[in-house]
Amino acid sequence: MKNRSLVSISDYTIEEQIKILELAAEFEKNPRQKILENHVVASLFFEPSTRTRLSFESAAAQLSAKIVGFSEASSSSVSKGETLKDTILTVSNYSDIIVMRHPREGSAKYADEVAPVPIINAGDGAHQHPTQTLLDMYSIMKTQGKLDNLNIAFVGDLKYGRTVHSLVMALCQFNTTFHLVSPTELKLPSYVKQHIKDNNHTYHQYTEMNEVIPLVDILYMTRIQKERFADPIEYERVKDAYILRLSMLADARDNMKVLHPLPRVNEIDKDVDDSPQAYYFQQAKNGVFVRMALLASILGVV
Amino acid sequence: MEERKELKVNAIENGTVIDHIPTQSVFQVIHMLSLNVCDNQILFGTNLDSQKYGKKGIIKVSNRFFDPRDANKIALVAPTATIIEIRNYKVTKKKNVLIPDSVDEFVKCVNPNCITNHEDVVTHFTVIDKKDVKLQCRYCEKTTAKDNFTFK
Ligand SMILES: [Zn+2]
Repeated sequence: MKNRSLVSISDYTIEEQIKILELAAEFEKNPRQKILENHVVASLFFEPSTRTRLSFESAAAQLSAKIVGFSEASSSSVSKGETLKDTILTVSNYSDIIVMRHPREGSAKYADEVAPVPIINAGDGAHQHPTQTLLDMYSIMKTQGKLDNLNIAFVGDLKYGRTVHSLVMALCQFNTTFHLVSPTELKLPSYVKQHIKDNNHTYHQYTEMNEVIPLVDILYMTRIQKERFADPIEYERVKDAYILRLSMLADARDNMKVLHPLPRVNEIDKDVDDSPQAYYFQQAKNGVFVRMALLASILGVV
Repeated sequence: MEERKELKVNAIENGTVIDHIPTQSVFQVIHMLSLNVCDNQILFGTNLDSQKYGKKGIIKVSNRFFDPRDANKIALVAPTATIIEIRNYKVTKKKNVLIPDSVDEFVKCVNPNCITNHEDVVTHFTVIDKKDVKLQCRYCEKTTAKDNFTFK
Protein backbone atom coordinates (compact mmCIF):
# COMPACT_ATOMS: atom_id res chain seq x y z
CA MET A 1 0.00 0.00 0.00
CA LYS A 2 3.06 2.20 -0.19
CA ASN A 3 2.16 5.70 -1.41
CA ARG A 4 -1.46 4.69 -1.94
CA SER A 5 -3.98 7.28 -0.81
CA LEU A 6 -7.06 6.25 1.13
CA VAL A 7 -9.95 8.39 -0.06
CA SER A 8 -12.68 5.78 0.05
CA ILE A 9 -12.70 2.30 1.62
CA SER A 10 -13.15 0.84 -1.86
CA ASP A 11 -9.71 2.17 -2.85
CA TYR A 12 -8.31 -0.88 -1.05
CA THR A 13 -9.13 -4.46 -1.95
CA ILE A 14 -10.59 -6.74 0.68
CA GLU A 15 -7.16 -8.37 1.09
CA GLU A 16 -5.58 -4.97 1.65
CA GLN A 17 -8.24 -4.03 4.19
CA ILE A 18 -7.59 -7.28 6.10
CA LYS A 19 -3.85 -6.60 5.96
CA ILE A 20 -4.43 -3.21 7.61
CA LEU A 21 -6.54 -4.86 10.32
CA GLU A 22 -3.87 -7.49 10.97
CA LEU A 23 -1.20 -4.84 11.14
CA ALA A 24 -3.38 -2.84 13.55
CA ALA A 25 -3.43 -5.90 15.82
CA GLU A 26 0.39 -5.92 15.77
CA PHE A 27 0.49 -2.25 16.75
CA GLU A 28 -1.98 -2.88 19.54
CA LYS A 29 0.47 -5.39 21.03
CA ASN A 30 3.40 -3.03 20.59
CA PRO A 31 2.22 0.55 20.02
CA ARG A 32 5.39 2.54 20.77
CA GLN A 33 7.79 2.14 17.88
CA LYS A 34 10.13 4.72 16.42
CA ILE A 35 9.45 3.67 12.84
CA LEU A 36 8.25 7.07 11.58
CA GLU A 37 11.08 9.04 13.17
CA ASN A 38 12.15 10.40 9.81
CA HIS A 39 8.68 11.29 8.57
CA VAL A 40 6.48 14.34 8.72
CA VAL A 41 2.70 13.88 8.86
CA ALA A 42 0.52 16.87 7.90
CA SER A 43 -2.77 17.01 9.73
CA LEU A 44 -5.09 19.44 7.90
CA PHE A 45 -8.44 19.89 9.59
CA PHE A 46 -10.43 22.38 7.53
CA GLU A 47 -13.24 21.83 10.01
CA PRO A 48 -12.77 20.92 13.64
CA SER A 49 -13.07 17.27 14.63
CA THR A 50 -11.08 16.99 17.81
CA ARG A 51 -11.71 13.29 18.32
CA THR A 52 -10.54 12.21 14.87
CA ARG A 53 -7.64 14.66 14.85
CA LEU A 54 -6.30 13.54 18.22
CA SER A 55 -6.59 9.90 17.20
CA PHE A 56 -4.53 10.49 14.06
CA GLU A 57 -2.01 12.70 15.82
CA SER A 58 -1.65 10.21 18.65
CA ALA A 59 -1.07 7.42 16.11
CA ALA A 60 1.60 9.50 14.38
CA ALA A 61 3.20 10.59 17.68
CA GLN A 62 3.38 7.04 19.08
CA LEU A 63 5.35 6.05 15.99
CA SER A 64 7.63 9.11 16.50
CA ALA A 65 6.53 11.05 13.42
CA LYS A 66 6.67 14.85 13.40
CA ILE A 67 3.27 16.48 12.97
CA VAL A 68 2.49 19.77 11.23
CA GLY A 69 -0.90 21.25 10.37
CA PHE A 70 -3.93 23.10 11.65
CA SER A 71 -7.06 22.17 13.56
CA GLU A 72 -9.52 24.53 11.90
CA ALA A 73 -9.62 26.57 8.73
CA SER A 74 -9.78 29.92 10.53
CA SER A 75 -6.27 29.47 11.91
CA SER A 76 -4.75 28.91 8.49
CA SER A 77 -4.22 30.66 5.16
CA VAL A 78 -7.55 29.14 4.08
CA SER A 79 -9.28 31.93 5.96
CA LYS A 80 -7.42 34.36 3.69
CA GLY A 81 -9.06 32.76 0.68
CA GLU A 82 -6.35 30.34 -0.42
CA THR A 83 -7.67 27.61 -2.70
CA LEU A 84 -7.64 23.99 -1.56
CA LYS A 85 -5.25 23.18 -4.40
CA ASP A 86 -2.73 25.80 -3.27
CA THR A 87 -2.94 24.68 0.36
CA ILE A 88 -2.41 21.04 -0.61
CA LEU A 89 0.49 21.82 -2.94
CA THR A 90 2.16 24.00 -0.32
CA VAL A 91 1.75 21.50 2.50
CA SER A 92 3.02 18.72 0.22
CA ASN A 93 6.36 20.54 0.26
CA TYR A 94 6.56 20.17 4.02
CA SER A 95 5.28 16.64 4.59
CA ASP A 96 5.36 13.02 3.48
CA ILE A 97 1.65 12.35 3.86
CA ILE A 98 -1.47 14.47 4.39
CA VAL A 99 -4.32 13.57 6.71
CA MET A 100 -7.23 15.76 5.69
CA ARG A 101 -10.66 16.58 7.07
CA HIS A 102 -12.77 18.93 4.94
CA PRO A 103 -16.46 19.93 4.99
CA ARG A 104 -16.98 19.58 1.22
CA GLU A 105 -17.87 16.26 -0.37
CA GLY A 106 -15.33 14.99 -2.85
CA SER A 107 -12.59 17.27 -1.46
CA ALA A 108 -10.38 14.30 -0.56
CA LYS A 109 -10.52 12.88 -4.08
CA TYR A 110 -9.67 16.29 -5.50
CA ALA A 111 -6.81 16.77 -3.01
CA ASP A 112 -5.48 13.36 -4.02
CA GLU A 113 -5.47 14.42 -7.68
CA VAL A 114 -3.41 17.53 -7.02
CA ALA A 115 -1.12 16.30 -4.24
CA PRO A 116 2.25 14.71 -4.99
CA VAL A 117 2.09 12.99 -1.57
CA PRO A 118 -0.51 10.41 -0.44
CA ILE A 119 -3.73 11.58 1.22
CA ILE A 120 -5.70 9.92 4.01
CA ASN A 121 -9.30 11.08 4.04
CA ALA A 122 -10.32 11.84 7.61
CA GLY A 123 -13.83 12.74 6.51
CA ASP A 124 -15.09 14.78 3.53
CA GLY A 125 -18.49 16.18 4.38
CA ALA A 126 -21.18 13.51 4.42
CA HIS A 127 -19.27 11.50 1.82
CA GLN A 128 -16.59 9.16 3.17
CA HIS A 129 -14.72 8.53 6.39
CA PRO A 130 -12.81 5.32 5.61
CA THR A 131 -10.70 5.18 8.77
CA GLN A 132 -13.91 5.07 10.84
CA THR A 133 -15.05 2.10 8.75
CA LEU A 134 -11.72 0.33 9.23
CA LEU A 135 -11.74 0.87 12.98
CA ASP A 136 -15.31 -0.45 13.14
CA MET A 137 -14.23 -3.53 11.18
CA TYR A 138 -11.24 -3.94 13.47
CA SER A 139 -13.50 -3.75 16.54
CA ILE A 140 -15.81 -6.40 15.10
CA MET A 141 -12.94 -8.68 14.13
CA LYS A 142 -11.27 -8.28 17.48
CA THR A 143 -14.36 -9.00 19.58
CA GLN A 144 -15.80 -11.76 17.39
CA GLY A 145 -12.57 -13.30 16.12
CA LYS A 146 -13.87 -13.10 12.56
CA LEU A 147 -15.77 -10.92 10.09
CA ASP A 148 -17.71 -13.71 8.44
CA ASN A 149 -21.05 -15.25 9.43
CA LEU A 150 -22.10 -12.55 11.86
CA ASN A 151 -25.45 -11.04 12.77
CA ILE A 152 -25.05 -7.30 12.97
CA ALA A 153 -27.71 -4.82 14.08
CA PHE A 154 -27.66 -1.12 13.25
CA VAL A 155 -29.88 1.03 15.43
CA GLY A 156 -31.05 4.65 15.10
CA ASP A 157 -30.63 7.05 12.19
CA LEU A 158 -29.84 4.71 9.31
CA LYS A 159 -30.86 7.23 6.66
CA TYR A 160 -28.35 10.04 7.11
CA GLY A 161 -25.55 8.22 8.92
CA ARG A 162 -22.49 8.11 6.67
CA THR A 163 -20.80 5.83 9.21
CA VAL A 164 -23.58 3.27 8.91
CA HIS A 165 -23.69 3.32 5.09
CA SER A 166 -19.94 2.82 4.76
CA LEU A 167 -19.82 0.04 7.33
CA VAL A 168 -22.79 -1.79 5.79
CA MET A 169 -21.13 -1.60 2.37
CA ALA A 170 -17.82 -2.85 3.80
CA LEU A 171 -19.53 -5.72 5.65
CA CYS A 172 -21.17 -6.79 2.39
CA GLN A 173 -17.71 -8.14 1.49
CA PHE A 174 -18.31 -10.77 4.18
CA ASN A 175 -21.15 -13.10 4.94
CA THR A 176 -23.29 -10.85 7.12
CA THR A 177 -26.94 -10.86 8.19
CA PHE A 178 -28.11 -7.30 8.76
CA HIS A 179 -30.73 -6.26 11.31
CA LEU A 180 -31.83 -2.69 10.65
CA VAL A 181 -33.64 -0.93 13.48
CA SER A 182 -34.89 2.60 12.84
CA PRO A 183 -37.93 4.87 12.84
CA THR A 184 -39.81 4.63 9.56
CA GLU A 185 -38.55 8.08 8.51
CA LEU A 186 -34.93 7.11 9.02
CA LYS A 187 -34.67 3.76 7.26
CA LEU A 188 -31.53 2.72 5.44
CA PRO A 189 -31.53 4.24 1.90
CA SER A 190 -32.63 1.88 -0.83
CA TYR A 191 -29.29 2.00 -2.69
CA VAL A 192 -27.55 0.60 0.39
CA LYS A 193 -30.20 -2.11 0.78
CA GLN A 194 -29.81 -2.91 -2.91
CA HIS A 195 -26.08 -3.33 -2.30
CA ILE A 196 -26.88 -5.88 0.43
CA LYS A 197 -29.14 -7.80 -1.96
CA ASP A 198 -26.64 -7.59 -4.83
CA ASN A 199 -24.14 -9.34 -2.59
CA ASN A 200 -26.66 -12.07 -1.70
CA HIS A 201 -26.94 -11.14 1.95
CA THR A 202 -30.12 -10.83 3.99
CA TYR A 203 -31.49 -7.88 5.91
CA HIS A 204 -34.42 -7.54 8.28
CA GLN A 205 -36.02 -4.22 9.17
CA TYR A 206 -37.50 -3.35 12.56
CA THR A 207 -38.86 -0.34 14.35
CA GLU A 208 -38.07 -1.75 17.79
CA MET A 209 -34.79 -2.81 19.27
CA ASN A 210 -35.89 -5.36 21.90
CA GLU A 211 -36.49 -8.39 19.73
CA VAL A 212 -33.19 -7.87 17.91
CA ILE A 213 -30.87 -7.85 20.91
CA PRO A 214 -30.82 -11.65 21.56
CA LEU A 215 -30.22 -12.35 17.85
CA VAL A 216 -27.05 -10.41 17.20
CA ASP A 217 -23.29 -10.45 17.68
CA ILE A 218 -22.88 -6.69 17.27
CA LEU A 219 -25.31 -3.93 18.23
CA TYR A 220 -24.17 -0.77 16.43
CA MET A 221 -25.89 2.24 17.99
CA THR A 222 -26.18 5.68 16.39
CA ARG A 223 -27.62 8.99 17.44
CA ILE A 224 -31.01 10.20 16.27
CA GLN A 225 -31.03 13.95 15.71
CA LYS A 226 -34.18 15.93 16.24
CA GLU A 227 -33.57 18.06 13.14
CA ARG A 228 -33.86 14.98 10.91
CA PHE A 229 -37.61 14.84 11.57
CA ALA A 230 -40.03 16.91 9.53
CA ASP A 231 -42.47 16.69 12.42
CA PRO A 232 -41.00 17.40 15.90
CA ILE A 233 -43.93 15.59 17.53
CA GLU A 234 -42.90 12.44 15.70
CA TYR A 235 -39.39 12.82 17.13
CA GLU A 236 -40.76 13.12 20.66
CA ARG A 237 -42.89 10.05 20.06
CA VAL A 238 -40.09 7.74 18.87
CA LYS A 239 -36.93 9.02 20.56
CA ASP A 240 -37.11 6.87 23.69
CA ALA A 241 -37.53 3.69 21.67
CA TYR A 242 -33.93 3.97 20.50
CA ILE A 243 -32.23 4.36 23.85
CA LEU A 244 -30.30 1.31 25.03
CA ARG A 245 -30.65 0.54 28.74
CA LEU A 246 -28.83 -2.05 30.84
CA SER A 247 -32.00 -4.09 31.51
CA MET A 248 -32.43 -4.65 27.77
CA LEU A 249 -29.16 -6.59 27.61
CA ALA A 250 -30.39 -9.43 29.89
CA ASP A 251 -30.93 -11.81 26.96
CA ALA A 252 -27.94 -10.70 24.91
CA ARG A 253 -25.44 -13.29 23.68
CA ASP A 254 -22.22 -13.63 25.68
CA ASN A 255 -20.13 -12.53 22.73
CA MET A 256 -22.39 -9.58 21.89
CA LYS A 257 -20.76 -6.13 21.88
CA VAL A 258 -22.30 -2.68 21.71
CA LEU A 259 -20.53 -0.29 19.35
CA HIS A 260 -21.09 3.45 18.79
CA PRO A 261 -19.04 5.90 16.67
CA LEU A 262 -19.17 8.50 19.51
CA PRO A 263 -19.88 11.08 20.65
CA ARG A 264 -23.07 9.77 22.18
CA VAL A 265 -25.77 11.97 23.63
CA ASN A 266 -28.28 9.81 25.47
CA GLU A 267 -28.85 6.87 23.12
CA ILE A 268 -26.80 4.57 25.34
CA ASP A 269 -27.71 4.89 29.00
CA LYS A 270 -24.60 5.35 31.13
CA ASP A 271 -25.51 2.22 33.16
CA VAL A 272 -24.57 0.21 30.07
CA ASP A 273 -20.97 1.47 30.31
CA ASP A 274 -20.00 -1.07 32.97
CA SER A 275 -21.66 -4.04 31.28
CA PRO A 276 -19.52 -6.70 29.57
CA GLN A 277 -21.23 -5.75 26.30
CA ALA A 278 -20.06 -2.12 26.29
CA TYR A 279 -17.25 -1.73 23.80
CA TYR A 280 -17.54 1.83 22.45
CA PHE A 281 -14.62 3.34 24.37
CA GLN A 282 -12.33 0.49 23.37
CA GLN A 283 -13.66 0.97 19.83
CA ALA A 284 -12.40 4.58 19.86
CA LYS A 285 -9.04 3.39 21.17
CA ASN A 286 -8.85 0.87 18.32
CA GLY A 287 -8.95 3.83 15.94
CA VAL A 288 -5.42 4.74 16.98
CA PHE A 289 -4.05 1.28 16.08
CA VAL A 290 -5.81 1.26 12.72
CA ARG A 291 -4.43 4.73 11.93
CA MET A 292 -0.92 3.58 12.94
CA ALA A 293 -1.29 0.67 10.53
CA LEU A 294 -2.38 3.02 7.74
CA LEU A 295 0.38 5.59 8.29
CA ALA A 296 3.05 2.88 8.46
CA SER A 297 1.75 1.03 5.38
CA ILE A 298 1.31 4.10 3.20
CA LEU A 299 4.68 5.52 4.23
CA GLY A 300 6.17 2.14 3.35
CA VAL A 301 7.94 1.39 6.63
CA VAL A 302 6.29 -1.98 7.28
CA MET B 1 -42.65 18.21 -47.74
CA GLU B 2 -39.72 18.03 -45.35
CA GLU B 3 -37.59 19.93 -47.89
CA ARG B 4 -39.95 22.87 -47.90
CA LYS B 5 -40.18 23.16 -44.12
CA GLU B 6 -36.39 23.18 -43.88
CA LEU B 7 -36.53 26.34 -45.92
CA LYS B 8 -38.40 28.16 -43.19
CA VAL B 9 -34.97 28.90 -41.86
CA ASN B 10 -32.54 29.66 -44.60
CA ALA B 11 -30.29 27.07 -46.15
CA ILE B 12 -26.59 27.49 -45.48
CA GLU B 13 -23.67 27.14 -47.81
CA ASN B 14 -21.18 25.57 -45.43
CA GLY B 15 -21.63 24.56 -41.84
CA THR B 16 -23.65 22.38 -39.54
CA VAL B 17 -27.36 21.90 -39.08
CA ILE B 18 -28.47 20.42 -35.79
CA ASP B 19 -31.92 19.06 -36.50
CA HIS B 20 -34.63 17.29 -34.51
CA ILE B 21 -33.79 19.03 -31.24
CA PRO B 22 -36.63 18.78 -28.70
CA THR B 23 -38.03 22.28 -29.04
CA GLN B 24 -37.56 23.15 -25.36
CA SER B 25 -33.86 22.21 -25.51
CA VAL B 26 -32.78 24.59 -28.28
CA PHE B 27 -31.45 27.26 -25.94
CA GLN B 28 -29.67 24.67 -23.82
CA VAL B 29 -27.91 23.35 -26.93
CA ILE B 30 -26.92 26.88 -27.94
CA HIS B 31 -25.45 27.39 -24.50
CA MET B 32 -23.70 24.00 -24.37
CA LEU B 33 -21.90 24.63 -27.61
CA SER B 34 -21.16 28.25 -26.58
CA LEU B 35 -22.95 29.44 -29.73
CA ASN B 36 -24.20 32.45 -27.78
CA VAL B 37 -20.65 33.78 -27.67
CA CYS B 38 -19.25 32.79 -31.07
CA ASP B 39 -18.82 34.93 -34.19
CA ASN B 40 -20.37 32.53 -36.70
CA GLN B 41 -23.67 33.30 -38.35
CA ILE B 42 -26.35 31.33 -36.56
CA LEU B 43 -29.98 30.72 -37.38
CA PHE B 44 -32.29 28.86 -35.12
CA GLY B 45 -35.92 27.92 -34.92
CA THR B 46 -38.22 26.49 -32.31
CA ASN B 47 -41.71 24.98 -32.47
CA LEU B 48 -41.26 23.89 -36.07
CA ASP B 49 -43.45 21.09 -37.34
CA SER B 50 -41.87 17.68 -37.41
CA GLN B 51 -43.40 14.55 -38.87
CA LYS B 52 -41.55 12.38 -36.40
CA TYR B 53 -41.73 14.40 -33.17
CA GLY B 54 -44.62 16.85 -33.52
CA LYS B 55 -42.61 19.96 -32.68
CA LYS B 56 -38.91 20.35 -33.07
CA GLY B 57 -36.13 22.84 -32.91
CA ILE B 58 -33.30 23.42 -35.34
CA ILE B 59 -29.99 25.28 -35.25
CA LYS B 60 -27.87 26.17 -38.25
CA VAL B 61 -24.29 27.31 -37.75
CA SER B 62 -22.39 28.66 -40.72
CA ASN B 63 -18.77 27.72 -41.33
CA ARG B 64 -18.47 25.56 -38.28
CA PHE B 65 -18.10 21.79 -37.87
CA PHE B 66 -18.24 20.14 -34.48
CA ASP B 67 -15.90 17.42 -33.32
CA PRO B 68 -17.76 14.29 -32.18
CA ARG B 69 -17.00 15.03 -28.51
CA ASP B 70 -18.82 18.35 -28.70
CA ALA B 71 -21.58 16.88 -30.78
CA ASN B 72 -22.19 14.14 -28.27
CA LYS B 73 -22.59 16.69 -25.47
CA ILE B 74 -25.82 17.61 -27.20
CA ALA B 75 -27.12 14.09 -26.66
CA LEU B 76 -27.46 14.83 -22.94
CA VAL B 77 -30.32 17.28 -23.55
CA ALA B 78 -31.30 16.38 -27.11
CA PRO B 79 -30.92 12.62 -27.59
CA THR B 80 -33.02 12.75 -30.79
CA ALA B 81 -30.82 15.35 -32.47
CA THR B 82 -29.25 14.78 -35.87
CA ILE B 83 -26.03 16.47 -36.92
CA ILE B 84 -25.95 17.38 -40.59
CA GLU B 85 -22.81 18.73 -42.18
CA ILE B 86 -23.25 20.88 -45.25
CA ARG B 87 -20.60 21.70 -47.76
CA ASN B 88 -21.41 23.79 -50.77
CA TYR B 89 -25.16 23.51 -50.06
CA LYS B 90 -24.91 19.69 -50.14
CA VAL B 91 -25.33 17.33 -47.22
CA THR B 92 -21.95 15.66 -46.81
CA LYS B 93 -22.55 13.89 -43.50
CA LYS B 94 -25.54 13.07 -41.39
CA LYS B 95 -25.52 11.26 -38.10
CA ASN B 96 -27.37 10.86 -34.83
CA VAL B 97 -25.83 12.01 -31.58
CA LEU B 98 -24.64 9.40 -29.10
CA ILE B 99 -24.73 9.68 -25.33
CA PRO B 100 -21.07 9.61 -24.25
CA ASP B 101 -19.57 7.33 -21.57
CA SER B 102 -18.20 10.28 -19.65
CA VAL B 103 -18.92 13.97 -19.42
CA ASP B 104 -16.30 16.49 -18.47
CA GLU B 105 -16.30 20.15 -17.61
CA PHE B 106 -19.58 21.64 -18.74
CA VAL B 107 -22.23 20.10 -16.46
CA LYS B 108 -22.47 21.21 -12.81
CA CYS B 109 -22.76 18.66 -9.98
CA VAL B 110 -26.21 18.70 -8.41
CA ASN B 111 -24.77 18.37 -4.89
CA PRO B 112 -24.52 21.89 -3.40
CA ASN B 113 -21.87 20.64 -0.96
CA CYS B 114 -19.69 19.10 -3.69
CA ILE B 115 -16.14 20.44 -3.83
CA THR B 116 -16.65 21.26 -7.54
CA ASN B 117 -19.24 23.87 -6.55
CA HIS B 118 -16.89 25.58 -4.09
CA GLU B 119 -13.45 25.52 -5.67
CA ASP B 120 -12.30 26.02 -9.22
CA VAL B 121 -12.46 22.30 -10.05
CA VAL B 122 -13.27 20.90 -13.49
CA THR B 123 -16.19 18.47 -13.17
CA HIS B 124 -15.91 14.87 -14.33
CA PHE B 125 -18.86 12.50 -14.55
CA THR B 126 -19.38 8.90 -15.54
CA VAL B 127 -22.62 8.26 -17.42
CA ILE B 128 -24.15 5.50 -15.28
CA ASP B 129 -27.50 5.38 -17.07
CA LYS B 130 -27.70 6.19 -20.76
CA LYS B 131 -31.43 5.66 -21.03
CA ASP B 132 -32.49 8.12 -18.35
CA VAL B 133 -29.21 10.06 -18.63
CA LYS B 134 -27.74 9.93 -15.15
CA LEU B 135 -24.27 11.20 -14.37
CA GLN B 136 -22.16 10.22 -11.35
CA CYS B 137 -19.72 12.83 -10.03
CA ARG B 138 -16.13 11.63 -9.79
CA TYR B 139 -15.65 13.62 -6.59
CA CYS B 140 -18.73 13.39 -4.36
CA GLU B 141 -20.19 10.34 -6.21
CA LYS B 142 -23.68 11.87 -6.18
CA THR B 143 -25.88 11.32 -9.20
CA THR B 144 -27.00 14.23 -11.34
CA ALA B 145 -30.06 13.39 -13.43
CA LYS B 146 -31.16 14.99 -16.66
CA ASP B 147 -33.83 17.15 -15.03
CA ASN B 148 -31.22 18.71 -12.77
CA PHE B 149 -28.69 19.61 -15.45
CA THR B 150 -27.25 23.06 -15.15
CA PHE B 151 -24.29 24.08 -17.21
CA LYS B 152 -21.10 25.75 -16.12
ZN1 LIG C 1 -20.10 16.22 -7.02
